[in-house]
Amino acid sequence: MNAPVLEVRGAEKHFGAVHALRNVSVEVRRGEVLALLGDNGAGKSTLVKCISGVHPLDAGEILLDGKPTSIHSPAAARRAGIETVYQDLALFDNLTPAQNFYCGREIAGPGWLPRPLRFLNGRAMEREAAAVIDRLKVRLPKFDAPVARMSGGQRQAIAVARATVFVRKVVILDEPTAALGVRESRRVLDLIRQLCAEGNALILITHNIEQVIELADRAVVLRQGRKVGELKPDRGTQQQLVSLIVGADASPGPPSRDGTAD
Amino acid sequence: MQERAEAGSGTGDRRARGAILVALGLRLLGAGPLLILALLVVGVALWTPNFLKPGNLSNIAAQTAVIAIVAMGQQLVILTRGIDLSVGANLALATVIGGLMFRAVDSGPLVILAMLATGALVGAVNGIVYVYGRLPHPFIITLATLSVCRGLALALAINHTTMRGMPEAITRLGDGATLGLPNSFFVVLAVAAALFVMSRAMVWGRWLYAVGGDPNAAVEMGIPVKGMLVSTYIVSGLCAGIGAVVLAGRTAAGSPLYGNLLELDTIAAVIIGGASFLGGRGHLGHALVGALMIGVIRNALNLQNVAVFYQMIAIGVILVVAVEADVLRNHLEARARVLQSARGQ
Repeated sequence: MNAPVLEVRGAEKHFGAVHALRNVSVEVRRGEVLALLGDNGAGKSTLVKCISGVHPLDAGEILLDGKPTSIHSPAAARRAGIETVYQDLALFDNLTPAQNFYCGREIAGPGWLPRPLRFLNGRAMEREAAAVIDRLKVRLPKFDAPVARMSGGQRQAIAVARATVFVRKVVILDEPTAALGVRESRRVLDLIRQLCAEGNALILITHNIEQVIELADRAVVLRQGRKVGELKPDRGTQQQLVSLIVGADASPGPPSRDGTAD
Repeated sequence: MQERAEAGSGTGDRRARGAILVALGLRLLGAGPLLILALLVVGVALWTPNFLKPGNLSNIAAQTAVIAIVAMGQQLVILTRGIDLSVGANLALATVIGGLMFRAVDSGPLVILAMLATGALVGAVNGIVYVYGRLPHPFIITLATLSVCRGLALALAINHTTMRGMPEAITRLGDGATLGLPNSFFVVLAVAAALFVMSRAMVWGRWLYAVGGDPNAAVEMGIPVKGMLVSTYIVSGLCAGIGAVVLAGRTAAGSPLYGNLLELDTIAAVIIGGASFLGGRGHLGHALVGALMIGVIRNALNLQNVAVFYQMIAIGVILVVAVEADVLRNHLEARARVLQSARGQ
């Protein structure tokens, strides 16, 4: 077993009176899909937003390749090699796929100018983006049209493909198939498998137990900000997973409601 | 969706025809403002023979220059889903500061610098208070600076009214002509060229469209959204400062009364020109086409001796039509998306 590429240790996060993460530790290795499960408000999204630099952790640390890393902004996370495909996709409807791919890290020069004043190298970005779209076999109607005109599946594929351009360590996918039909979901799942085969570590947030069993090597279950279980998802553990998510087995003590009161 | 798409060749045909109609409608709306401007010019030329005389055309260019310059700044602000109501008052304050500077030293460059700095400073205040004061919308802060600037301009101006006199360099810029074309026309070209490069060729411009297209996504993609917004309001203020130089040059004066309702003219120009209030959609061409439309309409109604209040009514009506066109365009785009996903299966 290779060493974890990403490790979160003792993560704590408060939002006002809400204790969103309580001493959560997870790790993920290259070529592995880790499923993050839990009911709404369990802390999955919070954990992912801490890893991707949207929220800072109140306590605990994040290690990349064993080294403690400070991830204080989304840009810092991306520089560290962590790519996130957000549930809202974070696509710009008014930009083309290639422009979307490179938004925030445009290929531009010359290097001695401050970043905002550099000149875009549109041709290079188009070429690279087209190559990735080809490699991942994403079918798009028109490559130079704004993504506003594209279907849900196409948009999802663009968002996933964007992550693949830059990822060096971890891809986080937040509900990647929630808004898609069966056929479009299938394409996105194929993409996820391909990413994994290319040696990336994947963190997958989903409500779909079937997908977890199909794709994930490990599953971590959160409830009310705590990690309440970690197991290998398969047909045999399916029932156990579900009861961990909804808290039916009541093993980690009585469910406290103080976290959700206000 | 696929089942529906294959439900029968009849619906398939209808869907295909629908897609063509939707695409045609979008194309037409895209070309709309330019088309309307062309029709307007032809119509006005037939209605008023004096319209096409070179003297009158350069007149239009000179009169439209200030609106065009300030509207381009306004265009960038509207691209970020914002609005800058302070441009008119900002321009007035800049001409007054310029007038005061002229009384201190008769130096063209220094007076120009004073006007540009005033414009940019007001823009910086707008941007900084909007972003770091966590205001929900720039409407309030720019409305506040509108009031402050107008009041400040009146308070500072000698005798609280128009101050005659500007350095020769500035009057040449605002009133002179080169190769038969008004110099202010070249100022418009220069501003357009600079802003075009910034908004289309530079990373700054790509970020501008990203911030306007989806501010949340821009944060998630690591774009410095706050810095982008502040810099955009500075650019808009700077455009007001450049407009101040041109207007002060044309009239050889600085006045706290200048730029009255210029914010409305510039917003109208941007929207009539075909940009969207929804953010991230539009370009400088829209501001220029819109400014020209307003200039042509004003000029035609002037030539026909139509009273000023009818001009105001005309521009208001056109503004509503333009906004409705924007709504229609968004509706058609949603249709196009549905048709696209039906076909994409």
